[in-house]
Amino acid sequence: MNAPQSGLQASRTGVAHGVGARLPLIDGVDKVTGAARYTADLPAAGALVGRILRSRWAHAELLEVDVTAARALPGVQAVITGEACDMPFGVIPIAQNEFPLARGRVRYCGDPIAAVAAVDEATADAALAAIRVRVRELPAYLTPAAARAADAIPLHDNRPGNVEREVHDQFGDAEAGFAAADLVREQTYECAEVHHAMMEPNATLAAWDAERGHLTLHSVTQVPYYVHLTLARCMHMDPAHIRVIKPFVGGGFGHRTETLNFEVICALLAREARGTVRLLQTREECFLVHRGRPQTQVRMKLGLTRDGRITACHAEVVQRGGGYGGYGLVTILYAGAMLNGLYDIPAVKYDGYRVYTNTPACGAMRGHGTVNTRFAFESLLDTMAAELDLDPITVRRRNLLKAPTETINGLKVLSYGLPQCLDRVEEASGWRARRGKLGKGRGLGMACSHFVSGSAKPVHWHGEPHAVILLKLDFDAGITILTGASDIGQGSSTIVAQIVAEVLGVDYGRLRVIANDSAITPKDNGSYSSRVTFMVGNAAAQAAENLKAILVTAAARRLGIDAAELDWLGEAACPRSEPARHVAFADVVEEALKGTGTITAKGVFTCPPEFQGGKQRGGAVGSTMGFSYAAQVVEVSVDEELGTVTVEKVWAALDCGFAINPMSVEGQVQGAVWMGMGQALSEETCYEANGLHQVANLLDYRVPTMAESPEIEVHIVESLDPNGPFGAKEASEGPLAGFLPALAAAIEDAVGRRPSTLPVTPERMYDLLHRKTRRPRAEPVRGDA
Amino acid sequence: MKSILSLTLNGRPREDVVPHNTLLLDYLRDNLHLTGTKRGCDGGECGACTVLVDGQPRLACSTLAHGVAGRHVETIEGMRQNGRLDRLQRAFHENLGTQCGFCTPGMIMAAEGLLRTNPTPERETIRSALAGNLCRCTGYIKILDAVEAAAREEASA
Repeated sequence: MNAPQSGLQASRTGVAHGVGARLPLIDGVDKVTGAARYTADLPAAGALVGRILRSRWAHAELLEVDVTAARALPGVQAVITGEACDMPFGVIPIAQNEFPLARGRVRYCGDPIAAVAAVDEATADAALAAIRVRVRELPAYLTPAAARAADAIPLHDNRPGNVEREVHDQFGDAEAGFAAADLVREQTYECAEVHHAMMEPNATLAAWDAERGHLTLHSVTQVPYYVHLTLARCMHMDPAHIRVIKPFVGGGFGHRTETLNFEVICALLAREARGTVRLLQTREECFLVHRGRPQTQVRMKLGLTRDGRITACHAEVVQRGGGYGGYGLVTILYAGAMLNGLYDIPAVKYDGYRVYTNTPACGAMRGHGTVNTRFAFESLLDTMAAELDLDPITVRRRNLLKAPTETINGLKVLSYGLPQCLDRVEEASGWRARRGKLGKGRGLGMACSHFVSGSAKPVHWHGEPHAVILLKLDFDAGITILTGASDIGQGSSTIVAQIVAEVLGVDYGRLRVIANDSAITPKDNGSYSSRVTFMVGNAAAQAAENLKAILVTAAARRLGIDAAELDWLGEAACPRSEPARHVAFADVVEEALKGTGTITAKGVFTCPPEFQGGKQRGGAVGSTMGFSYAAQVVEVSVDEELGTVTVEKVWAALDCGFAINPMSVEGQVQGAVWMGMGQALSEETCYEANGLHQVANLLDYRVPTMAESPEIEVHIVESLDPNGPFGAKEASEGPLAGFLPALAAAIEDAVGRRPSTLPVTPERMYDLLHRKTRRPRAEPVRGDA
Repeated sequence: MKSILSLTLNGRPREDVVPHNTLLLDYLRDNLHLTGTKRGCDGGECGACTVLVDGQPRLACSTLAHGVAGRHVETIEGMRQNGRLDRLQRAFHENLGTQCGFCTPGMIMAAEGLLRTNPTPERETIRSALAGNLCRCTGYIKILDAVEAAAREEASA
C-alpha cells in the first residue's frame, strides 16, 4: 500500500538523486505520455508482414511441407520452412535441440512449420493457407507419466525414456538426519503450469541489408546478446554483421530470457525477402512459445526434532518440461539447489526429473525453479510444526542461518536479513493477536522465500566480466551512461543512473542512459536471475569512481593544487582550505578534455570463482554473491459455499540489502507477491487431449484483475550485503515464492483444511472443503509426536 | 470499401479515407501513427487499447473506426497540457504507477474516464472501474495510489 509520497525525495546520503532516493523511473515520462516505442511501435514504412504457420499436431513426423502454391501468390516475398536453418539453438550450449522452423518432426501444437513474408496481412494469411503439410501423427504425451512409459517414443533421439535431465544430489547424511528426527513426514504437492503473460505481445522487426549482407534486428528480448549469438549461429553469419537493438520492452518475467523462435524466423524471412520484415505475434502465440513455470509434482519429506529443528530434507521433483530443452536443465537444478540457502539444514537429498512432453517448452519464470519446491517445503514445515504444537514463525526462527556461512551445497551467504523480515511481518500483521482468532472463514498464514541476486556463473563463461558500464563525457559536460542492461520495466536504467549520480554527485539532469544497442553499448549478460542491480550496479559504481578520479585530477590542475587537497562537490570543486575559490563542473570538464577530447570511463564487475557454487555437477546453479530474503503474512477469507478464496491483505518484508530506490523496491515486491497470488489462486494452462492449448488468451488464463487484488504492505529490511553496490541485493524474485505456501496456510487457518494442489480455484477449494478427511494427508513415515 | 471518416481526435477535427472494416486501434496506430494506444491481446482481453469516445472508456481493438464517426476520440497523446504532464500522467510517473509501461496508456485513459464522472472515487470504486485493464508488473497497488493522488490534486486545484 505505502502511502503515496512525492517521488522527489533526496537520497539518504545527501545527494539529490543518489542512492536511497524515491525517484520516479528515468524513462517514466515516455511511458505515461505514450511516447515510449515498443517493437510494434517502431516506424517500419514498407516493411513486409511476417506470419508463422504453426503445427496443429502435438506430435507428428513431417512428411512434406509443400510451399509451391504459397510462393506463387502475387505479393509473397518469402516463404521458408525448416530447410532455411540447419542449426539447432537453445539457451544452454549443451542442450540445443530446437530449430526455428521444425525439421522432420513437430513436438507441440504451435511448433512453427513454415513462415511467410508478404506485402500485407491478407496476402500473408493467404500464403499460409496455401501451404500444404503432410504428416504421420505420433502419440502425444501430455504428462510426464505418459512420456516416461516404457513404450513411449522418444521426442528427441538422444533421450530415450524422455527424461531430459535427472539430478541426484545428496549433501550431508539425509538418512542419519531422518533417523535423528522426532517427527518425519512426507507429502506430495502439485503445481499447475503457469505463464508469464507479460503485457506486451511478442514482436520482432528485422532489416536485411542485401548489399552488405548485414542484419539489424529490434526485438522484445531480455538478453539481446543471446539473440545476437543465436542469429549468428542459426544464420551462419559473422556476429560483426549483426546489430541487435532492444527498444522499450513491456515486461518479461523470464519469457524473453531465451532467444525465441520467432526472433530467428523474422531474421530468416528478412534475409530471404531481401528487405525488412515485421513479425507481430498474437497473444495466443505468446502462450504457444511459452517458456513458463512447468507443471510440477513435488514429493517432500522432512525430519524435525521435537523443538522444531530441521534434521533432513528429501525432495523428489518431476517437471513437465515441454517439447524442447530450453532452460530445462537449469530449472530442474534450481529446484534442488535452492532447497538450501534459506534455512540451516544439515542434510538435503534431491532427486529431480525434467521430462520432455508434447506441450510448449517451459523455461525461466520469475523465481526460476524455486517456487514450487518452496511451496512444498514451507507447506510441510507448517503442517509438521502444527503437529509439534509450534507456531509457524517460531519453527522458522529455530532454523535460521548465521551469516556469514556456506551451505552444505557450497552456496555462500554473507548477508541474511530473514530474522528481521520475520519480526516485521509478525508485528505488522498482528500475528500473535490475530492468528487463529479471526473466526470461521478468515485466516492468516505465513511463509519465507529467497532468491539469487544474479547467477554467479553465466551461461557463456569465457572469462569476460559479468557486467561492463561505459560513461562518456564530452564538451557539453553531459554524461552518457552506456549500458547493455535490459530495462524491461523493472527500472534498471534508473538504478544505474542513481548510482552514477551518487558517486559523482552531479546534477541528475546531466545524466542520460543509452541502453541495448549492440553497435553502441557494451555487452551485458542481460536481465535474468535478478542480476542487474547487483552486478551492473557494481560496474556502474566503479565506472563513476574512475570518471571521478579523472575529474578530480583535472580540477586540482585547474586550481593549481594537489589532488589530495581537493574537495569534490559534484557540480563544483574547491581547495579544502578555500571553499570560496571553487571551479564549476563545466570548467572542470573543459580542463579534463584538454589534449584528449571525449572521455570514456569504464567499470566492470565479475563474480569471483569462489562464489560460483559447489564442485558437484550443476553446482553453479543457485550460486550467487547475495541472496534476497523475504517473509510474508497473507490474510484470506473463504466462502465455504462457493469455494472462493479472497486475499484480504498481504504484509511482505524483504531483505534487499539496501534499497537504492525504495519506491522501486516496493513496486517489485508488490508485483512479485501479486504474481505469486495469480499462480496460487487462478492461473493455470490447460491442454486438450490432442495437445491443443485451451486457455491461450487473457480471459481464460486468469490473471488477477484490480478488483480481486489485495493491498500489499511492503517492509524493507536492509542487511547491507558486503559485496552488493551500497549493500544492495535483488528485490524482484525473492518475495514471489512465499505467497503460495502462506496462502495455503491462511486457508487452513480459516477453514481447517490445507490445499496441496495449486491453483486453489473455487472448484478445488470446494472439493477440499467437502471431502471426508480433515487434514491434508501428510503420510506418517515415522513419529507421532 | 472505403469512405471518408470524419471525427474529432484529441480536440482536432480530422477527415481520412478509411476502409469500413478497419478497427479504431489500427486506424490510430497504422494510419495516424499514434502508437501510444497499445494492442496487448487478440481482442477485448486486456484493456491496453483503451481510449475515450465522447469521454467514455472504449476498447479501440473492438471498435470499428467508422463506428466513431462524428465523435470525440481521445488518446494518450492528447493528454498533455501545454506540453506538461496531465495530473494523471504526473501521478502515475511520480508514484511508480508504471513499470514496463505497456498497460499505462490504456490504464490512464480508463482512469481519466472514471475521474470525469467521479472526481473523488473511493479506492474500491477505482478497483471496479479499472478491473478491465490488466497490469502484470505492479500488483495494481501503485496504480491505485496514482489515481488517488491525481484525484486529490484535482480536488485541491
